[in-house]
Amino acid sequence: MVDHNSELVLETKGLKAYFGDNLAVRGVDFKVHSNSVTAIIGPSGCGKSTFIRCLNRLHEEVPGARAEGSVRLKDQDIYAKDMDPVMVRRQIGMVFQKANPFPGMTIFENVVAGLKLAGIRKKSFLEETAERSLTHAALWDEVKNKLHQPATSLSGGQQQRLCIARTLAIDPPVLLMDEPTSALDPISTSKIEELILQIKKHVTIVIVTHNMQQAARVSDYTAFFLLGELVEFDETSKMFTVPKDKRTEQYVTGKFG
Amino acid sequence: MKKSALFQFAERKYPYRKLKNVLILSTLYLSAMLAVTFLGAVFAYVVMRGVPGLSLSFLTELPKPVGEEGGGMANALLGSLELVFLASSLGIVWGVMVGVYLSEFGREKMASSVRFATELLNSVPSIVIGVFVYVILVKPLKTFSTLAGAVALGVLMVPTIARTTEEILKMMPVHFREAGLALGIPRWKVILKVVVRGSIPGITTGVILAVARVAGETAPLLFTALNNRFWQFGLFEPIASLPVQIYTYAISPFEEWHTQAWAGALILVLFVFAINLCTRVLLAKRSQ
Repeated sequence: MVDHNSELVLETKGLKAYFGDNLAVRGVDFKVHSNSVTAIIGPSGCGKSTFIRCLNRLHEEVPGARAEGSVRLKDQDIYAKDMDPVMVRRQIGMVFQKANPFPGMTIFENVVAGLKLAGIRKKSFLEETAERSLTHAALWDEVKNKLHQPATSLSGGQQQRLCIARTLAIDPPVLLMDEPTSALDPISTSKIEELILQIKKHVTIVIVTHNMQQAARVSDYTAFFLLGELVEFDETSKMFTVPKDKRTEQYVTGKFG
Repeated sequence: MKKSALFQFAERKYPYRKLKNVLILSTLYLSAMLAVTFLGAVFAYVVMRGVPGLSLSFLTELPKPVGEEGGGMANALLGSLELVFLASSLGIVWGVMVGVYLSEFGREKMASSVRFATELLNSVPSIVIGVFVYVILVKPLKTFSTLAGAVALGVLMVPTIARTTEEILKMMPVHFREAGLALGIPRWKVILKVVVRGSIPGITTGVILAVARVAGETAPLLFTALNNRFWQFGLFEPIASLPVQIYTYAISPFEEWHTQAWAGALILVLFVFAINLCTRVLLAKRSQ
């Protein structure tokens, strides 16, 4: 059930994203409640991926891309002048569409990469974190005996869960997922959906998805994007049954998109 | 059924097309075989002429003075290893850094000038590099030296390593960089520990090409490391190397030295083969 009193974790105001002169996100006001799962749906090219990439300041890494407006993570302004993007990304993790374990690293090295490359060397801490993260990502039992094998030896679905574990290892309060299951088979997809429902006790999740059933299954809130604008934002149960906007209704019932 | 105009045309041309096919295929096949045969012939000849000169003393003893029997190239063997090792330390680090700059940081105009410069450097005859190092190191230090030889060879390695590194790093998909950045890893560390580290197998190929190339270089050493008939380990003395020793013995009037030169050539060829083979094995192991 949705808890209306839970605190706001993320809030955007008038968020705009550009690629060169091209406006991809056209001023979005958006709120994310703590320990909820918020799904972002919309047709391809509607700016939903660009939007969540603004939330951890990854958008600006694309040559020529920039963002305007404000994004607040609790009481911090993510786009403040003195804010280091590295510090933003340590609090707002991201899982991508394509599983991307680091090449040349073992399973273990991948899970702790974020910690190790931040300079943490304590072996016991790294080992504990690896086990906990892999357990949360529902992968521990499958890999506990081969932690020191190359990450690329895993199947696609396992690799994606490894990437989730790698992000959970840095213990971010917010986790962004950009179509995390669109390249996976139904069994791997359901495993990831289950783990989303498990880990939302610990992290707040924003997930971009093309799969309407997935949004309905895992999310508490849903946002519908169209042509770079946020058309409607509400509790998932309402969005899929009594949407206020005609366009939302057409999209969720499959009339276009 | 009526045959189409195209079909009739193709039918008429068929024997000619088949002939052309056979001709081109056999030309390609012969070219490939010729290349292999050529390498095989060189290797066979070097083995044939080199083996008689091989002995334990060849591998362990210093050259004997003219007129005395026996002696070996032990100092040149070790000298070559030392030169190649020092040159690699310089050339690999330097070349990889140039490659990382070109692929990750180079602004368009600057990067293309640097790229062009490395290409030019690659086509500068190695003897010119030798003369240049002579001017900047040998003359000021007033001595031929290991250091000068290693610098000359190291510079020769830079273009190959830089270009391979650049190409390999550019092949690394952008989503690995994004994954690293999204974990809150600073950009330079993402490049070093994710992008470069993940590209090591590819970069190694460039490094081997470069090492194999400089291991056999003679011309730049004539002006820099010179030669030495004795053991030598310091940085600031002339040092013996296999290619220069082979050259010296091969142009000498003594039959025994000729035999030794062939033996030296055999060792050099085997050394380069061994480097190639080792890395292939290592790479195959890594990719499993």
